[in-house]
Amino acid sequence: MLKNVHFGPSVLPFLLVFPQIVVTLVFFIWPASQALYQSLLLEDAFGLKTEFVWFKNFEELIHDPLYWSSFEITVVFSFLVAFLSMSFALVLAIFADRVIKGSGAYRTLLIWPYAVAPVTAGALWVFMFNPTLGIISYALSALGYEWNHQLNGGEAMALVVMASAWKQVAYNFLFFLAGLQSIPKSLIEAAAIDGAGPLRRTFDIILPLLSPTTFFLLVINIVYAFFETFGVIHVVTAGGPAGATNILVYKVFNDGFVGLDLGGSAAQSVILMIIVIGLTVIQFKYVEKRVAY
Amino acid sequence: MVENRPLLTIFSHIMLLFGVAVIALPIWIMFVAASHPEIRMTQVPLPMLPGGYFFENLDIALNRGMSGMDGNGVAYMMLNSLIMAMMIAVGKIAISLLSAFAIVYFRFPFRMFFFWMIFVTLMLPVEVRILPTYEVVANLGMLDSYWGLSIPLIASATATFMFRQVFLTIPDEMLEAARIDGAGPMRFFWDILIPMSRTNIAALFVILFIYGWNQYLWPLLITSEPGMYTVVMGIKQMLEAAEQVPQWNVIMMTALLAMLPPIFVVIFMQSLFVKGLTETEK
Repeated sequence: MLKNVHFGPSVLPFLLVFPQIVVTLVFFIWPASQALYQSLLLEDAFGLKTEFVWFKNFEELIHDPLYWSSFEITVVFSFLVAFLSMSFALVLAIFADRVIKGSGAYRTLLIWPYAVAPVTAGALWVFMFNPTLGIISYALSALGYEWNHQLNGGEAMALVVMASAWKQVAYNFLFFLAGLQSIPKSLIEAAAIDGAGPLRRTFDIILPLLSPTTFFLLVINIVYAFFETFGVIHVVTAGGPAGATNILVYKVFNDGFVGLDLGGSAAQSVILMIIVIGLTVIQFKYVEKRVAY
Repeated sequence: MVENRPLLTIFSHIMLLFGVAVIALPIWIMFVAASHPEIRMTQVPLPMLPGGYFFENLDIALNRGMSGMDGNGVAYMMLNSLIMAMMIAVGKIAISLLSAFAIVYFRFPFRMFFFWMIFVTLMLPVEVRILPTYEVVANLGMLDSYWGLSIPLIASATATFMFRQVFLTIPDEMLEAARIDGAGPMRFFWDILIPMSRTNIAALFVILFIYGWNQYLWPLLITSEPGMYTVVMGIKQMLEAAEQVPQWNVIMMTALLAMLPPIFVVIFMQSLFVKGLTETEK
């Protein structure tokens, strides 16, 4: 990782890493350690008295049914988002890999939702599904289904899943398409000579060879659903109705900034950090394997 | 293509067009809503075809805003977003280039320690440490400022890693030749490393610009003064106001304005965008 040919020791390298190290220390390491410390404190509602309580905040979380339901909601939400956006993107990528004419145009038309902010995506979907005005809820009511995500928890969940997955299709599509194009053509030709039709080739050759990409995207999508969908939730449901879409990241924000339960919120942050670290480790272990592939 | 199956090819195109339609539907509905007058936005069913009120709405959104927003349009919010996105993108690239240069080309004490310290930031997205980071920024007096909006988001391990990767592929002979010609470290950095990693810098810039422009939670926390709001936040403010007066035409116009700059970047710098996306994830 160090060049064989390199510069000798001097003050210069310290000056070069200085800006990044300062920003890292002030805005990353220090706040993270503060979160760790605060998670062990109990502060009264007025911020007058703090007490060191060891792991009491964590104990309370473990015994808090609301926290567990939020955990469950997050897991369900992220798997739904990952599944929906990945399967949609995979099907499109397989077809786009097949067509020769216009595959560039399809790519352009499919990737730009990546540039849409989660909040904006949420605003678009909440407009389409607005119970009184929305075009899709109007169409649904014409079909005899009364849509109201402001009252129905299941519908609220469906709406945030759709809005989050819609935005992520672009990313998955790009990576699946790149994965498909790196599969050696000779393998597919050999299968075709042996009499395997397109469907058979897709299931027996293309999908297994695509599994490293799929696994990589699964991790990325779960990280996305866990942490980057805050904007979608904030705009579409604000965690409601009755906590039906209160994912962990939203709960940290809500308990900390709205509920002002600092210790509890910090304890939740620490648990989230452990989850991110776990996911990052999985991703890195896996990336090494991907290079070998 | 392995074999000629015209029916399957036609089917593929149909499926792809269907996919494009599903992806584009929300944007189409937004565009249509942004081109009708307010009065039309209260009649069910809403229109599916564009109306002739587009530029009026554009004017309202940019210069006047919604009723209940004290006559502030979103023009200055667009400017705030632009400044924040540029500061984040340029700042990240600058500090990452420097630290990657130090880590790859110098042997110095604590080198690996610094490397790991930077690596840790990869694991701590702003969402999980919002409260303490907010306190730090508040103590530094950076609330409601461009510095506060951008600097806490500037440190990132991904950019440092990418440049490290790029520098490692540059042949050692480059440095030897530069040295023989009498170039010092900074001269080598400016005249050889930077020009050689120009496309990587551009690709990263595209990704970081989108990342910066679309920031939401962080600006939401640290700005309380309307003059510092970003356009992405503006949408949320309008949606809250929409519960009393639903001016969906203005909201959708704002959404359109908020997504235009990053979409332009993606479409017109597509190859750089794809390169940036695939390389930062390695």
